Amino acid sequence: MEKWKKITSSHLFLPVFALALLLIFNAFATPGFFSIEVQNGQLFGRIIDILNRASILIVLSMGMTFVIATGGIDISQGSVIAISGAVCCYLIGGATDGTAQMPLFVACLAAVAVCAVCGVWNGFLVSKLKIQPMVATLILMTAGRGIAMLITEGQNITVYYKPFTYIGNSIPGSPLPTTIYIAAAVVLLVVLIQKKTSVGMFVQAVGINAEAARRTGLNVTAIIFIMYIFSGMCAGVAGLMESSMIAAADPNNAGLNMEMDAILSVALGGTLLTGGRFYIGGSIIGAITIQTLTTTLYALGVSSEQLPVYKAAVVILICLLQSEKFKKIIERKSLNQKKAVKQV
Amino acid sequence: MKNVKGLKDRLVASRYFSFGITAFLFIVLYVIGMMNYRGFLKPQVFCNLFIDNAALIIATVGITFVLLIGGIDISIGSVVALTCMTSAQLLANTNLGAGVVTVIVLAIGLLFGLVQGWLITEFDMQPFIVTLAGQFFARGLTAIISRETIDITDPTYTAVASARVYIMPKAFISVGVIIAIVTLVVATLVLKYTRFGRNIYALGGSESSAQLMGLPTKSTKIATYMVCGFCSALAGVVYSLIMLSGYPLHAVGMEMDAIASSVIGGTLMSGGVAFVPGTLLGVLIQGIIQTFITFEGTLSAWWTRIIIALLLCVFIVMQAIIVRNRHRITSSDK
Repeated sequence: MEKWKKITSSHLFLPVFALALLLIFNAFATPGFFSIEVQNGQLFGRIIDILNRASILIVLSMGMTFVIATGGIDISQGSVIAISGAVCCYLIGGATDGTAQMPLFVACLAAVAVCAVCGVWNGFLVSKLKIQPMVATLILMTAGRGIAMLITEGQNITVYYKPFTYIGNSIPGSPLPTTIYIAAAVVLLVVLIQKKTSVGMFVQAVGINAEAARRTGLNVTAIIFIMYIFSGMCAGVAGLMESSMIAAADPNNAGLNMEMDAILSVALGGTLLTGGRFYIGGSIIGAITIQTLTTTLYALGVSSEQLPVYKAAVVILICLLQSEKFKKIIERKSLNQKKAVKQV
Repeated sequence: MKNVKGLKDRLVASRYFSFGITAFLFIVLYVIGMMNYRGFLKPQVFCNLFIDNAALIIATVGITFVLLIGGIDISIGSVVALTCMTSAQLLANTNLGAGVVTVIVLAIGLLFGLVQGWLITEFDMQPFIVTLAGQFFARGLTAIISRETIDITDPTYTAVASARVYIMPKAFISVGVIIAIVTLVVATLVLKYTRFGRNIYALGGSESSAQLMGLPTKSTKIATYMVCGFCSALAGVVYSLIMLSGYPLHAVGMEMDAIASSVIGGTLMSGGVAFVPGTLLGVLIQGIIQTFITFEGTLSAWWTRIIIALLLCVFIVMQAIIVRNRHRITSSDK
C-alpha cells in the first residue's frame, strides 16, 4: 500500500499512466500500431510518425517549461514559429531550379537568431518593464504573423532546395527522421545544463518567490530574460522543422495554436503553471502523449476540426487530478467510507 | 515646482488617464482621417465603425468583467462560433422560432460560463487552462454539429439582420449596434452602482482582503465568468446577424482582439482597474485602423495586426509605468 502510494504520488505517474493507457488502447484498436517496417534503410511506422511530429512539440515544450518555471508564460511561440519559417525560406529563396541563395546552415542560423531577438523582446517586457507575461507575449503573438507576412511579402514561399527538406524529414541513409535527432540534441543540452550547472535551481527559486530569490542575491531579471530568449530559440528551431516538413513558409498557418499544445505538454508533465518546480521528463512525456492522442484520434476517424473536444476533456481531467482541492475532496470521501466501515 | 510634479503624478495615476489618452488618440486619428480622405466626413463611416464591431464590443465588455477580477477567458471566440452554429442548426432543422433559438443559445452561454467558473473556483484550477479547454471544447463542438457552412434563412432573423435604424437623415445603425450599446450601458451601471459590481472591484483589488471582509468571493467569481459567457453568446448572436451563417472557423482569435481592446481602453490585466466606456474606445480604435487601411487600398491587411500590436505595446508599457508611479505616490503619501 505504501509503495503504491509512493508510485501514484510521483509527478511522472500521471503522464506515464496516460501514455500507457493510450498505447494499450492502440494495441487493440489499431491493428499494426506497433509494427515498424524497414524500407531503403529507413524505418517507417505509426510510432516513428508520432515521434517525428512530437519532436517539434518536445523542442517547444523545453522552452515553455523554463518560462513557466519562472512563473511566466509565452503565448507568442506559435507566431515565432511562423517568423522562423519565413526568415529561413526567404533567405534560401524559392528558386525553382533547386538552388539556394544562401547556404542552408547560414539561413537556419539567421532564423534562430531572429527568433532569439523575439525572445529578447519578450524578456525585456517581462523582466525589465515587469509586464504580466501573458500580456507581454500577447503583443508578439498579435504582431508575429504580420511580421512573417512582411518578410515573405504576403505570400507562401515554396522552397525547392532539396537539403532544406532534410530537417523535417530524413537525410538519405539515416534510419530515423532528423527531427528526432534535433529533439534529442535539445533535450540533451537542457539536461546537461540542468545537471552540470545550478541554472535549474535558480529558475525554480525565481518561480517560487521572485522577491526572495532577489534578496538572496540572484539576478532575477537576467534569469527571466535568458529563459524567454531560450523559449524564442526553441520556437525558432521548431519553426525550421515545421517549415521543412512542408518545404514552404506559411505565415498564416505555421505553428497555429502550437503554443497551446506546448503549454498543455508542460501542464501534463506535472509542472504547475504558477511556476516553481518543473519537470523536464514530464514535459517530454506530455508532448509525446498529446501527439499520440492526436494520432490515435485521427486513426479512429475523428476529423481535425473535431479533435479539440477530446483534447479539452483530457485537459480538464488531468488538471482536476492535479488540483489539490480535488485530492482533498477524494481523501475526505475515502476517510468517511473507512469510518463507516469501522462503525459497522 | 514640487506641486506641479505632484499634480502630474496624480494625473498619471488617475483611473481615467488611460481612457483620456485613448480618447485623445481616437480623435486625432479621426481628424487625420478627415483631412486625408473625403469618405471620413460622412457620418455613415462613423456608424460603420459600430456596425462592423458590434460583436467585438459585447465580447470586450464580457472580458472586461473577467479581467477585473484578475482572471482571463480565452474561450470567447469559440463560444461565438458555437452560438452562430447552434442558431443556424436549430433554425434550419427544427421549427423553433428565432426568439426561442436566441434564448436557447444565450442559456448555453450562461451554462458555459457557469461550468468554467465552477471549475476555476471549486478546484482552484487556473483560469487560463480551464478556458483554454473551454476554447477547444466549444470549437470542436461547433465542428461536430457541422463541418460545413449552414446558412441562416429564417425570415425573422434576416429581417432583423437587414433592419436599418436611422439616427440621422443619412446615417443608420444596425440592431446589433443597439444591443451592443445597451450591453455597454448596463455593464457600466452594474459595475458602478450595484453590490455585485463593487464586489467585483474588491475581488480584483485583493482577493484575500475581499474574503476577509466577508464578501462572497466564490459566488462573485462564478457570476463573473457567467457574465462573460453570456456576453460571448450575445456577441455570437450579433455576429450571426452579420454573417447569417454558422461555420466552424467563425471568430477565430476574437478573444485576443477583445483582450487587446480592453487593455487599450484602460483595463489593468492584474485586475481591479477598468472603465467600461474606455473599452468601447479600445474597439473603435482598432476599427479606425482597419478603416484607414481599407481607404488607403495599397496597404496590405497584415499591417492591421502589426499596428494593433504596436498600439497594444504602447498602452501596456504606459500601464506598467503608471502602476510603478502609483506605487511610488502611495508610498510617499505615507
